[in-house]
Amino acid sequence: MSSEVLRGRWGYASVTDKIADLVLRRRTHWLWALGFGIAGTLTLVFLGGIVWLFAVGVGIWGVNIPVAWGFAIVNFVWWIGIGHAGTFISAFLLLLRQKWRNSINRFAEAMTLFAAGIAGMWPILHLGRPWFFYWLVPYPDVMNVWPQWRSPLVWDFFAISTYLTVSLLFWYVGLIPDLATLRDRAHGVWRRMIYGFLALGWRGEARHWARFETAYLLLAGLAAPLVISVHSIVSLDFAIGNTPGYHSTIFPPYFVAGALFCGFAMVLVIAIPMRRFLRLEDFITIRHLDNAAKILLATGLLVAYGYGMEVFTAFYSGDEYEIAIALDRMKGFYAPVYWTLICLNVVVPQILWWRRARRSVATLFAVGILVNIGMWLERFMIVESSLAHDFLPSAWRPFIPTGWDWAMLAGSVGLFALFFLAFVRLLPALSIFEMRELVEEEKEGEVA
Amino acid sequence: MSTTPVTRRDFLKLAGAASALATGACTAPPDEIVPYVKPRAIADGIAQFYATAMTMQGRAVGLLVQSDMGRPTKIEGNPAHPSSLGSTGAFEQASILELWDPARSRTLRHRGVPATREALAAEWRRTLAALEARDGEGLRILTGYVGSATLRAQLAGIAKKHPAMRLHEWEPLHRDNSLEGARLAFGRRVDCAYRFEAADVVVAIDADPLGAGPGWVRHARDFASRRAPQSMGRLYAIETFPSITGSMADHRVALAPAAIRQWLLGLDAALRGETSTALPLVMAAARDLLAHRGRALVIAGESLPPAAHAIVHRMNARLGAPGNTVSYLPPVSGVACAESIKTLSEDMRAGRVRALLVLGGNPAYDAPSDYDFSGALAKVPMSAHVSLYEDETSAACAWHVPRAHYLEEWSDATAHDGTASIVQPLVAPLYGGISVHEAAAMLEDESASPRELVMRALRLEGDAWRTALRDGVVASSAPTPLALAARDVAFTPVDASGWTAAFRPDAAVHGGEFAPNAWLQELPRPESKLVWDNAAYVSPASASQLGVKNGDLIEVSVAGRKVRAPAWILTGHADGTITLPLGYGRERAGPVGSHVGFDAYPLRAAATPWDVACTVTREGGARALAATQLHTSMEGRDPAKRMTLADALSGHAAAHGEKPTESLYPAWPYESYRWAMAIDLNACIGCNACTVACQAENNIPTVGKEEASRGRSMHWIRVDRYEEGGAVLHQPVPCMQCEDAPCEAVCPVGATVHDSEGINVQVYNRCVGTRFCSNNCPYKVRRFNFFHYSAGPGERPVEGSNPQVTTRMRGVMEKCNYCLQRITRARLQADKEDRRIAEGDVVTACQAACPTKAITFGDMADPASAVAQVKRSPRGYTLLEELNTRPRTTYLARVANPNPEAGP
Amino acid sequence: MAQAFSARALLFTKLAAIGIAGMLVAGAVTAYEHFDGPYRLGDAPPQPIPFSHKHHVGDDGIDCRFCHAGVETSSFAGIPATQVCMTCHSQLFTDAAMLEPLRRSAVRNEPLRWTRVHRLPDFAYFDHSIHVKKGVGCIECHGRVDRMPLMRREAPLDMQWCLDCHRDPGPHLRDPARVFEMTPTSAEQATRGVPHVTLATTRRLIDCSTCHR
Repeated sequence: MSSEVLRGRWGYASVTDKIADLVLRRRTHWLWALGFGIAGTLTLVFLGGIVWLFAVGVGIWGVNIPVAWGFAIVNFVWWIGIGHAGTFISAFLLLLRQKWRNSINRFAEAMTLFAAGIAGMWPILHLGRPWFFYWLVPYPDVMNVWPQWRSPLVWDFFAISTYLTVSLLFWYVGLIPDLATLRDRAHGVWRRMIYGFLALGWRGEARHWARFETAYLLLAGLAAPLVISVHSIVSLDFAIGNTPGYHSTIFPPYFVAGALFCGFAMVLVIAIPMRRFLRLEDFITIRHLDNAAKILLATGLLVAYGYGMEVFTAFYSGDEYEIAIALDRMKGFYAPVYWTLICLNVVVPQILWWRRARRSVATLFAVGILVNIGMWLERFMIVESSLAHDFLPSAWRPFIPTGWDWAMLAGSVGLFALFFLAFVRLLPALSIFEMRELVEEEKEGEVA
Repeated sequence: MSTTPVTRRDFLKLAGAASALATGACTAPPDEIVPYVKPRAIADGIAQFYATAMTMQGRAVGLLVQSDMGRPTKIEGNPAHPSSLGSTGAFEQASILELWDPARSRTLRHRGVPATREALAAEWRRTLAALEARDGEGLRILTGYVGSATLRAQLAGIAKKHPAMRLHEWEPLHRDNSLEGARLAFGRRVDCAYRFEAADVVVAIDADPLGAGPGWVRHARDFASRRAPQSMGRLYAIETFPSITGSMADHRVALAPAAIRQWLLGLDAALRGETSTALPLVMAAARDLLAHRGRALVIAGESLPPAAHAIVHRMNARLGAPGNTVSYLPPVSGVACAESIKTLSEDMRAGRVRALLVLGGNPAYDAPSDYDFSGALAKVPMSAHVSLYEDETSAACAWHVPRAHYLEEWSDATAHDGTASIVQPLVAPLYGGISVHEAAAMLEDESASPRELVMRALRLEGDAWRTALRDGVVASSAPTPLALAARDVAFTPVDASGWTAAFRPDAAVHGGEFAPNAWLQELPRPESKLVWDNAAYVSPASASQLGVKNGDLIEVSVAGRKVRAPAWILTGHADGTITLPLGYGRERAGPVGSHVGFDAYPLRAAATPWDVACTVTREGGARALAATQLHTSMEGRDPAKRMTLADALSGHAAAHGEKPTESLYPAWPYESYRWAMAIDLNACIGCNACTVACQAENNIPTVGKEEASRGRSMHWIRVDRYEEGGAVLHQPVPCMQCEDAPCEAVCPVGATVHDSEGINVQVYNRCVGTRFCSNNCPYKVRRFNFFHYSAGPGERPVEGSNPQVTTRMRGVMEKCNYCLQRITRARLQADKEDRRIAEGDVVTACQAACPTKAITFGDMADPASAVAQVKRSPRGYTLLEELNTRPRTTYLARVANPNPEAGP
Repeated sequence: MAQAFSARALLFTKLAAIGIAGMLVAGAVTAYEHFDGPYRLGDAPPQPIPFSHKHHVGDDGIDCRFCHAGVETSSFAGIPATQVCMTCHSQLFTDAAMLEPLRRSAVRNEPLRWTRVHRLPDFAYFDHSIHVKKGVGCIECHGRVDRMPLMRREAPLDMQWCLDCHRDPGPHLRDPARVFEMTPTSAEQATRGVPHVTLATTRRLIDCSTCHR
């Protein structure tokens, strides 16, 4: 049957071999090398940008008055959103006992970690005086001053740092048994030393497993609510503001949906080439892609509803400024952006109603890419157009990105790719022990 | 009090000490304290004020200049001076930057090679000795309008020694037409002093008495005094270019220059009883004027030909204006500039000029294009130019002599009404300049010091001198107005067809002399909000006729001379006319002013100084222009409110819609002062004086054209311009100091907080630059240092900036704080005397500068205070009141007083 | 198959981990120590002339205002001009070697260059006159200068130190007539402030805008 989550006849050993060998035996593919090269170059661009930024100031970007928030914030929201799918898959689905998650949670978590890490950089880069970012932390100092707790940016700081910590722990704890496996199978003393060091002396005793399971479950329990909380708080950065187009109660759920939408799109964009190049079709089956596509469709509809509601409430409120911004988005300077994002985020996903589309790898890949772009544009629309067209007509002025804006966006994508390519080379891209559980369960399935 | 100028060495010591005191700058100074060698009477850190005056085109505005430890840092108007009454314009405010400008000339040069003053003096002696035989024939001195009795006396002295010597005068923005017009009407040249406070009805014909020219600051004050609804006058403006005066008019008609002359004739006819004319507004205006005999005034602009001025004098006589709304004074100059420069050029070309001394000015750049002045200048063997900058003329002269700034020299000046005042130095010449008096003294081998020369010329000594020096005016020195009878003069205007090019001074760089001044370059022009550029202004209709949009290049050619300029569309500009602001496209105006904009002087011939028929063609390409405001429509949001006189008198409330009263935020407890500001839109003429005053007071940096075009200019108080139904409203927007300030709630580090007196303070040293506060500010009054602007080019050196205000570094937000340093100064004084701060102890920089006193500031907690009273006016309203931010800064609505007869 | 880590390797790894953590902490502490201005609290920087407040104030009993003339009127207390020193030293110790720089300054008309001991950041606007007027004794900030052979800084001069007093000035205030005396405020004062010093509002004292602008 074609809806299975594990194809072919795999045993514990073979599964372990297959995944471990991806790291230990398989030779570097030239495509991987090429990708790594490109990603590396973009990363250098990113670093160059940061150096120049710190040297002369945020003026190198297109930010201005009235539009004081630029790409940095857009990228921040975009990346943090991408992260969410990973946590959703690994934590939520674990708690919901969705066994199909076992084969995709590892790289999804990695995705989360890298995305959230990069997202975390943006707010700091955004600052006028980044070297003082730690003033957002409450710590005893000779100035006798504290953060200003009414500011959502402070909440943000805690939300993001919590999210990063928990994601890292969750991912690493999940890795420990596999690291041990690699340690045991690795040739060469250095590899064994390194994997061994990282495995923290895991010996796979029953006692280890018992504690491991508890810890893993607890972390899942901790991570699950973050899926909701983090992006809700991020959305408050805007909702708290009085700017027309920001000041809206719908933002938290709307942002969370958008995050999952974007995140699952990214999962597809990563999973599809990965299963292809690492020959993982048996583990990441059409069934997985199909499920992801369904979630994509569902969250996509939520997002569409969000768009609808934004416009509706604008007019329903009768607030002239809200109405003005709603109309300006459709007809004003940024109208092309608006209609593109509507097309990409609302129209395109509808294709996923068709089973054939959901099972066509190429289609899913394309949809994934488009939705990611669309969601970036959505964040751009929210952040920039609102500011460019607020209360006093005399202050209206559009935001026009500079070369540095684009370069650093591309650079951050490169950094993400760099991390991910390194990850698939150095660590098991799929969770070995969880795949073995899967094998076990499949067996039981047959017996029954 | 009077003062002896600090010597250069003292100054350097002070500068060192000052930076060691670290009272001003963000950059860490050396950890050193440098005391004086000889003790000074005044303790450091206490600001002193000295009276002086700044002269433009021979007419001066009296000033009080603030000196911090011997360093002039800020300029205020002199309340005792008739041309100021305590106010100043943008030029006076910006002249403090001119004083400190590092790009000012520092070296005396002979043909480009550094030389000494002695060498120059020797050369003069040789030359004069050679000319002695033909008692000075061939010796020429070129000046601008001379407002200084001292210089006049010196020139007379030189003329006595060298009888055959000839004096010439050239002012690019000369007043030949009006002076010649007076001669036609009265048989002698006179200056007019207008008294707007006495005028019920004013008709300004292509004139801008509120925006430029001698006495405009005083005019603005008097005009504003007649805009209060209770005693409201009426202003008609007939003009080509949307000037400041036009923007304040109750009735305004935009006409091409030729049509304006027809209109003038029409008005004259109507006043003489003719009852029918097709020209718009003429009959209404005429009846209005006649109905207010003795309280009416007609003003002719400089662009009108002499005969037109004569006719206007006749009109005023008929309306009983002389002695009431206008008085006639001895003229600033006895010669026609155009004639004078013409003879000089011709004589130079003919080799009749052996030696030429140019005192100030820049004729090589701004002389009439048909004389090729600099070409002729090359034929003069001995020529010397005394100027602040090494400019075009310096390059064309044999000798360049760095000139002392007016804040560095002893001199005297004449107010627009003829009152004399003393110019005293605030500091020894920073860059070793010499004053025009010292330069002139070289020719009369005069040994007396400039100070003695001034005392001699003004016939003042002892107590009289000290009093005059302290007050800044020489008591009762104003000449008695002349009683003159105007005669009839025939005037037949030539009616032009096709395009007309009109020349006018630029609102910021004037005739070009202020091109090196970064503050002025970056000052949004009142009409267009353009900065760092001039543009060929056209009406929307003309623009579509030419097929141009903003920035598109056009070519304007007059008699074969061509100028390429970017077009800029102005609603309210006359059709068929192109206004070309002068003063741009300079070659040698320092790093700031060189190669900026286009030079319109080449089109300006001596015979047609103000407007000339031209041909216009659309050129390929465009130039990016930087405007600080892109949107002048109010979008029905009514940020700047207007009301009719009837409503204003009947106490109608300007604020409509019900006010929000509830707030989720608890009210702030106030134990002492509650600072507040009210801005009267009915008085504001949009002259930008407040913007520059604020810039000088608060060490606000300039950002340059590119940054400005990105919307990053740093002005703490901007003047918004709104155009609605032909009317123009100016709205100064400083920080609103909201009670429930949106910015405060969102700053993560508490860098913007409410203080115990209700000021929303910005703590630069705490700011990390999230810029959330700016996003959340509905008024967009917050300014961000995207780069390290305060270290940029064209800024004052740290010694010249206000030591009481932190200079901001890169990455921090800043904004208006009601001149906290001035409040603090007053508070400390009051606290030391165990009393409350009294009304008037605190005057903000913008309030002090404002020519029309549109800005009221004070303690709202005291119901008797001026600001509290103003705020009670029914005209009062709050900007974006529906947001319930509860601003401390509020506005008074503009009142329109149209003539019911005039129709819509 | 052998373990990746022998027991002793394991020990070393753990020790190393602990060691690194320890070093980080140590680094942080030392860094914090050095955030204390160019001169550490309490040590006297070198001066062109080894001027002794102990001698002039403690032994000779010269009033602060004789040299720091601006202290009652200006934000800046003022450093005496060379001529002020010479009022006495044109007569006294005229040949003392240590006063050579002073005499040179007087002769060549070149200012002395003292090393600053009490330095506030440029964005902190301190005004001597108001503190003196409100009864803050010199010693509250400058310590017992009458016991200092060489000038040294006794107060940290950091923001929390300023705030300590601004939050509760009472204990630090004295009769304005006695601000220049070197005796510490009495215990009885410290308990209930000084009645005859009026403060507009103490809330004003902790506004950011009181010191920063």
